[in-house]
Amino acid sequence: MSATGIGASVRRFEDIRFITGRGRYTDDINQPGQAYAVFLRSPYARARVVAVDRSAAMEVDDVLAVLTGRDMAADGIGDLPCGWLIKSNDGTDMRQPRHPPLAVERVNYVGEPYGVVIANTLAAAREAADAVVTDFEELAAVVSVSTATRSTQIHDNVPANRSYLWELGDKAATDAAFARAAHVTKLDITNNRLIPNAIEPRAAIGVYEKGTESFTLYTTSQNPHLARLVLSAFVKLAPEHKLRIVAPDVGGGFGSKIFIYPEETAVAWAARRLGRAVKWTSDRSEAFLADAHGRDHVTHAELALDAAGHFLALRVKTIANLGAYLSTFASSVPTILYGTLLAGQYRTPAIYVEVDGVFTNTAPVDAYRGAGRPEATYVVERIVETAARELAIDPTELRRRNFIQPADFPYQTPVALVYDIGDYEASLNKALALIDYAGFPARRTASHSRGRKRGIGFSCYIEACGLAPSKLATALGAGVGLYESGEVRVNPTGSVTVFTGSHSHGQGHETTFAQIVSDRLGIPIENVEVVHGDTGRIEFGLGTYGSRSVAVGGSALVKATDKVIAKGKKIAAHMLESESANIDFETGVFSVRASNRSLTFGEVAFAAYVPSNYPLDLEPGLSEKAFYDPTNFTFPAGTHIAEVEIDPQTGVVDVVNFVAVDDFGKVINPMIVEGQVHGGIAQGIGQALLEHGIYDETGQLITGSYMDYCMPRADDLPSFIVDTTVTACTHNPLGVKGCGEAGAIGAPAAIMNAVTDAIGIKDVAMPATPERVWRACRGE
Amino acid sequence: MNVVLTVNGEARALDVAPNTLLVEILRSNLGLTGTHVGCDTSQCGACTVHLNGDAVKACTVLAAQVDGAQITTIEGIGTPDDLHPMQAAFRECHALQCGFCTPGMIMSAIDLVKNSPNLDEAAVRHGLEGNICRCTGYHNIVRAVLTAATQMGSRVS
Repeated sequence: MSATGIGASVRRFEDIRFITGRGRYTDDINQPGQAYAVFLRSPYARARVVAVDRSAAMEVDDVLAVLTGRDMAADGIGDLPCGWLIKSNDGTDMRQPRHPPLAVERVNYVGEPYGVVIANTLAAAREAADAVVTDFEELAAVVSVSTATRSTQIHDNVPANRSYLWELGDKAATDAAFARAAHVTKLDITNNRLIPNAIEPRAAIGVYEKGTESFTLYTTSQNPHLARLVLSAFVKLAPEHKLRIVAPDVGGGFGSKIFIYPEETAVAWAARRLGRAVKWTSDRSEAFLADAHGRDHVTHAELALDAAGHFLALRVKTIANLGAYLSTFASSVPTILYGTLLAGQYRTPAIYVEVDGVFTNTAPVDAYRGAGRPEATYVVERIVETAARELAIDPTELRRRNFIQPADFPYQTPVALVYDIGDYEASLNKALALIDYAGFPARRTASHSRGRKRGIGFSCYIEACGLAPSKLATALGAGVGLYESGEVRVNPTGSVTVFTGSHSHGQGHETTFAQIVSDRLGIPIENVEVVHGDTGRIEFGLGTYGSRSVAVGGSALVKATDKVIAKGKKIAAHMLESESANIDFETGVFSVRASNRSLTFGEVAFAAYVPSNYPLDLEPGLSEKAFYDPTNFTFPAGTHIAEVEIDPQTGVVDVVNFVAVDDFGKVINPMIVEGQVHGGIAQGIGQALLEHGIYDETGQLITGSYMDYCMPRADDLPSFIVDTTVTACTHNPLGVKGCGEAGAIGAPAAIMNAVTDAIGIKDVAMPATPERVWRACRGE
Repeated sequence: MNVVLTVNGEARALDVAPNTLLVEILRSNLGLTGTHVGCDTSQCGACTVHLNGDAVKACTVLAAQVDGAQITTIEGIGTPDDLHPMQAAFRECHALQCGFCTPGMIMSAIDLVKNSPNLDEAAVRHGLEGNICRCTGYHNIVRAVLTAATQMGSRVS
């Protein structure tokens, strides 16, 4: 392994600009003559928009326009679509309410935009927005997910507020297994609503060129090409070739910047309407109200076991809150990305899951780091731990009895997936050693002697990443293919520009992808530049989410690099008067096998662009594109163990030890991978102990700022012990699986198993706040 | 109102509305976009700069308060060829991912080290409580601050 090659902890190239204040985020960009947008947002959870009086607002100095949903509809701007079609048990399509970017007749959640004010200055836009007088007729709102199907109907075309009632698995086999079970464990749990909170708020600048009738939209996106596709094909903003989407440096996404939102759509439209660049930057209060939220499940689960502690069947019923509308991928998260993961790491022969996807008058709910897989892991790992306690079997022993074994792969689960490879006991064993499980009883005794309660909790998670084989995904309802594209462009001087359809918003692709390409081409990593985030420069792409970038985007680059090498061999063979079959390529040198004749990569690159001594039947140039469509998901898995200490007098939970041992397959940059795990664990601990998006009974968001929504801060968290085991992915050229979501998937169950172990109670609802824990310790 | 201040060693004279915030002066008037805005309640710390040598959240400082002041931003503490030890430690320890909270985090961390002759992990975690990072889980930020503190002459335990 070279110092910068695959497997090396190369320090990140992108860091230099970020640590010196030279990053270029969307809000850092300004356009000549730009105007500023401020959105009119509903103060009600559900209301009829009776009239919008713009007269006073238009009197404000510097105001250019006050536009509403009617203006937008009149200009032919279409609805925001949901890109994943889910079918109900009875074979009918999911029910979708219309979702105009700016609401027209009704608003359906607090913060929903129904108009936009444009002015020469931000201050004027704000003042004018305050001067708009809107007459609302407040309507009864639906807030509780548990009772949504029995409540007032929100959308005219969605009876019982149910988008779908979806099922997966063999119900009859599952019921039969329960009928012969020696033991049944039952658990009712909720997966708390989270608000993503990337620290960079969303922002957008719409620019319209009259002469070419074309748009440029600068926006905080994880997937600019997908935004272009949706804005063209569905929203009808402009033909795809007249739209350029630029997602420059983006300050974190965690899923929340995948989606095509009203605001970005509106500034592009307004730019054309006004003939001015229009800029909008969300403030944090808007972000809380109007970014898509995550999770929000209510679940009843039952696990059937035989007398020897083998799992016979798992039965799960979940109500999933979709919010007021179907956001871009909302329908897939509590179904395809959830039900399919309920086998976990176990040989459970029968599984049946039913998911009720319901609308409420709350912000749309969509993918947030892990997206369905944290919810699945939470169900499986909480009920397995609960079963172990009920049967008085060590929770690690119960898991071992039921693990899918290395010899079982490829393993067909009863919930559609085929796991290609794994070694679950290896991760468990390593994690147990790192946390010193044998020493836990002594540590618990020591805690008790100080009046503290100590607990340990396990989470042996699995996830499906590397989204996704297009054929399978489209068969399951995806409206787009989920391959990735890349281009390796060798410049005449031998430096290389790499274009990827993946997008980096913290993941470090500019370094990782440069490692992959420089390693394979045998050239200095400094000679490789990675370009992403601009539909004007990159042919196509599906972006970054679902821990897919290296497994899918990196594999596309491997394919493109291999094409470069193959063409380079043809050029070298001609120049060295040999056959390309006789040319070896190693460490940046093309050589004739068993000879001393060779050419450097740079010499071949130069020849490709100055083809004086060049094969007649070969095109000049050395630039290759590739699309990579995976043949299966990847299946990262591992064991997370949390150890907590609770002060029963205050209810404060102290995470004293957290170990994560993950199998991500082969690792390109261990430093970056560890960082991804750290961040995911922090979000998982945040979900378990701190974070909760709460609406009151009228649908007002009462956790609408950092004063009310408890973000994990440095002193809320411990340092983490992170390690890996490796079984290489069997179906992509790098052997990689993906690492971005593991922490957020594994951590919540580990923490809550530890908290409930410490207290000696079946369940405490997440987040396990001091008040909840204090009450639980008192038996309330 | 007229405001005269020194930013990163350079004297600047501005005519701004009295309710202009320091972060707006830096980002909009002076084009120093390294200082970021991540919230509207003075909680996230992304806008942290040094005012007369002390870390402040630039979203809660008014123009009138900075007349005659010395301001240092992320752009003023080091360059790619000559990084401040805290900048270098952040890169070396992989203490940043998306980079958005990073300028504020670095400016807070420098202030923390300067005012803490003795530092340990708990003190760093407590000292950075006013800066929110969503990417790193703080693990590597803590390592970076302790690494830089040693180089800046603090005692680290």
